[in-house]
Amino acid sequence: MTFLETVRTAFTAVMGRKMRSALTMLGILIGIASVMLTVGLGQGAQQQITSQINKLGSNLIIVNSGANSGLTVSNAGSAANNRTRFTTPLTLNDAAALADKNICPDILNVAPVSTTTTTAYNGSTYESTSIVGTTPDWVDVTARTMTSGRFFTGSESSGGSMVAVIGATTADNLFGSGTYVVGKSMTLSGQSFTVIGVLNSVGTTLSGNGDDQIVIPAGTYAQRFSTSTNMNTVSTILMEAKDKDSLSAALQEATTTMYVMHNVTAAAPDFTVSSQQALVETIGSLTTILTALLSGIAGISLLVGGIGVMNIMLVSVTERIKEIGLRKALGARPSVIMLQFLVEASMLGLMGGALGILLGIGAGQILSKAISYPVIISVEATSIALTVSLVIGIVAGVYPAWRAAKLAPIDALRNE
Amino acid sequence: MTAIVELSEVHKTYKTGSITFEALCGITLNVEEGEYIAITGPSGSGKSTLMNILGCLDIPTQGSYLLGGEDVSTMSEKDLAVVRNKRIGFVFQQFNLLSSMTAQRNVELPLMYAGIHAKERHTLAREALERVGLGDRTHHRPGELSGGQQQRACIARALVTNPDIILADEPTGNLDSVSTHDVLRLLHELHDQGRTIVLITHEHDVALESQRQVQIYDGLLSEGPHV
Repeated sequence: MTFLETVRTAFTAVMGRKMRSALTMLGILIGIASVMLTVGLGQGAQQQITSQINKLGSNLIIVNSGANSGLTVSNAGSAANNRTRFTTPLTLNDAAALADKNICPDILNVAPVSTTTTTAYNGSTYESTSIVGTTPDWVDVTARTMTSGRFFTGSESSGGSMVAVIGATTADNLFGSGTYVVGKSMTLSGQSFTVIGVLNSVGTTLSGNGDDQIVIPAGTYAQRFSTSTNMNTVSTILMEAKDKDSLSAALQEATTTMYVMHNVTAAAPDFTVSSQQALVETIGSLTTILTALLSGIAGISLLVGGIGVMNIMLVSVTERIKEIGLRKALGARPSVIMLQFLVEASMLGLMGGALGILLGIGAGQILSKAISYPVIISVEATSIALTVSLVIGIVAGVYPAWRAAKLAPIDALRNE
Repeated sequence: MTAIVELSEVHKTYKTGSITFEALCGITLNVEEGEYIAITGPSGSGKSTLMNILGCLDIPTQGSYLLGGEDVSTMSEKDLAVVRNKRIGFVFQQFNLLSSMTAQRNVELPLMYAGIHAKERHTLAREALERVGLGDRTHHRPGELSGGQQQRACIARALVTNPDIILADEPTGNLDSVSTHDVLRLLHELHDQGRTIVLITHEHDVALESQRQVQIYDGLLSEGPHV
């Protein structure tokens, strides 16, 4: 009896009991579908994060004031230390030191950033948005481009020019969508600014909505918006490492420079240096853990499905004792009977798995549309799912098949 | 004449817990090639046990069994399966046709286990079905055949491997008189063509169809028709 004939026999047996086979497969089907969906969501999240890091510039390094902001990369003092200590704010001097190529050779660009929120007016149209005060390097550091107009220059930045670069959403909300806004005026905190450029659209990133903001020169921000007594104070310093390989060197240089500038030690820092990369990796590993956990829970349903297959196969063996006896009388060796039932169980597993994959893909499509979030079903995940369902079928089939194979032909043939 | 079946001093003992039951108490029986023999006996006589041993479905506790010169009394289940496939054609009271398959596929089943290719299988099975008069019923499932037709399909299945002996266990037990007559005539014809047939029955007139009758009673054989 060739393998193909065994498969045909098994197929006939599976199809001969359609309802039962379908219900048996359902367990595997649901298990595989839910694992596929969970992994798909996880991979979607992973891809979302990767695309966000690319939007923000993958070599981005961020310095914040205050230690231990959560996802720190350079070391941080203990929380108890920080609570009692005064935090030195970041200043333009820090930014200047970090930009010094002699001190920090691996840092390409530095952009000190100050942020606040205010209401922008265009006549009677107004919108509450965030104001970012920074230097021209900001465009490079955050990997942004201009869809129209230009970014402000170094002299505009230091000179305190009343110019602004705005995000796409801000432009639409303030001036109406489709309007050419370069050269138009708007009012921020009672002062008139000229729009000189519009930023490319990046959507929502890890650092907020990148399309709804107004970027103005650092000098202008210091004069008009700074709430601090020291006009040199900034909220954050953004930096760009030369390339991916020099990221950790740049991170180290930034940290060391900040120790010197703030006259603190590694034991009690008053700032935090983190990289976009590290942030993404942390979030990525969290996503992986979450995916694994959820897949594990979904995997339990696979286990239950496998037990279902085993149960049905045992029933099937008992029910078909006479058939087994007959096959043996006609010359089927125990190994042939064993193989027949194994193939039958694997077929149940494999068919359930295949249908589960289809359901997973279908549900993934619908879900990704419904929550506008990518659900990625990869070829690897699909082939692993198929293999797993086959293995479940085989494992579940071993015991029933063994029982069938070792049945004595006379017991099996005995009538009534 | 050569003996196909040589049973000598065959014992079969069943043990259920502490109870030992001797179903066969030293059976010696030779069946010659081309012989048509009927074994009769009441229920509980050891008839079924003898049939199982003759059919290589079970092995004796003691004694030897040569089938076509081959000692099958100590074989493993794996080897017995091959012997059954090659040397024995079974005809059952309950027909034992698989309901999900056509008559043709049912007849092909032993050939499949013998590892014969599909093409040759189809030809052999069709020939066997034609031989028993079911040439026009090859693609019918057992449910679509009458009892007599089913039994003829079963005989076709027994014939198809060209076995040393045909072992018919109460072949007419489930049939009406017309079909019984049919089946017995078919067995007769097969015997006339040189087949060795062992018929097991409790029916007198059926046993008398054969060439030679043996009785089994309390696990012991005696020659001659029932008195």
